Amino acid sequence: MKYLSWRMIPIFVFVVLLLLFWRGLSLDPHHLPSTRVGKMMPEFQLPLLNDHKHSLTPKDFQGHMSLLTVWASWCDACAREQPFLLKLQQKGVLIYGINYKDTPTDAKKWLAEWGNPYQLIAEDVDGHVAIDLGVYGAPETFLVNKKGMILYRHVGILNEQVWQTKFLALMKEG
Amino acid sequence: MSFRVLVLAVSLLMSMTTYSKELYPLASQKQEAQFHALLHELRCLVCQNQDLSDSNAGLAKDLRNEVYQLVKIGKSDTEIMDYLTMRYGDFILFKPPVKSITLLLWFGPILFLGVGLVILVVSFRKGSRTNDD
Repeated sequence: MKYLSWRMIPIFVFVVLLLLFWRGLSLDPHHLPSTRVGKMMPEFQLPLLNDHKHSLTPKDFQGHMSLLTVWASWCDACAREQPFLLKLQQKGVLIYGINYKDTPTDAKKWLAEWGNPYQLIAEDVDGHVAIDLGVYGAPETFLVNKKGMILYRHVGILNEQVWQTKFLALMKEG
Repeated sequence: MSFRVLVLAVSLLMSMTTYSKELYPLASQKQEAQFHALLHELRCLVCQNQDLSDSNAGLAKDLRNEVYQLVKIGKSDTEIMDYLTMRYGDFILFKPPVKSITLLLWFGPILFLGVGLVILVVSFRKGSRTNDD
């Protein structure tokens, strides 16, 4: 019996590897987990798109659950997720936007074409605040809780499936 | 004609290596060396097989600027790497730090080699023993 189990090891290892590789097929090797999840938003102050006299700061996120989306007019995927963001806004979700490495003219033109679901939009022209948030591409959406802590970061287009599987559960926890 | 093209191409290539020195002027040779060494140790997160000195990606340019500013104000290598890993995680470093979580990454291959050798030796001995019978 002992002799038999010694021979089972390679088969066992093979099956384990098979399962790991199968799992690996659905993983994205380029995907980075966010180091900012579970931490407070970094301190920042960015001018608003429509009103340079006022700014967006972490204080604007206090007291309510909200989303923070990093987007740009040059970003195709951002246009593709816009209908879904508008749907969320109509459902009462608060969404703040950071216009990333863009110009105000292009940004406003883009919003006129694709719609504007944002409570407030801030301009991050040199992308410095995005770096503080650990952003490495657009679009990215952060889920922020009432105290201003980042609960989750989604890279790429936000859609119904991601919303249901990743965001809703966290939103209920408050 | 083609010789002139070659000369032009080579001189353009050579000028590209000094390009970054004019764009990122630093006070001392030491700082310049620090800056260039760091760029080679940091991964471009968009083109993930390139380092920050090679990549043309927008984010790479922004991160080069960040590193440049930090080198300029006299931050150490550790401080700069901490600044970046705090925002992007260990993946931004080409050489992940040896932490408990990366021990398997660093020592795994040697471990597997060791296990393989043990299995080889044991099965060799077993085989020779049955042959004697």
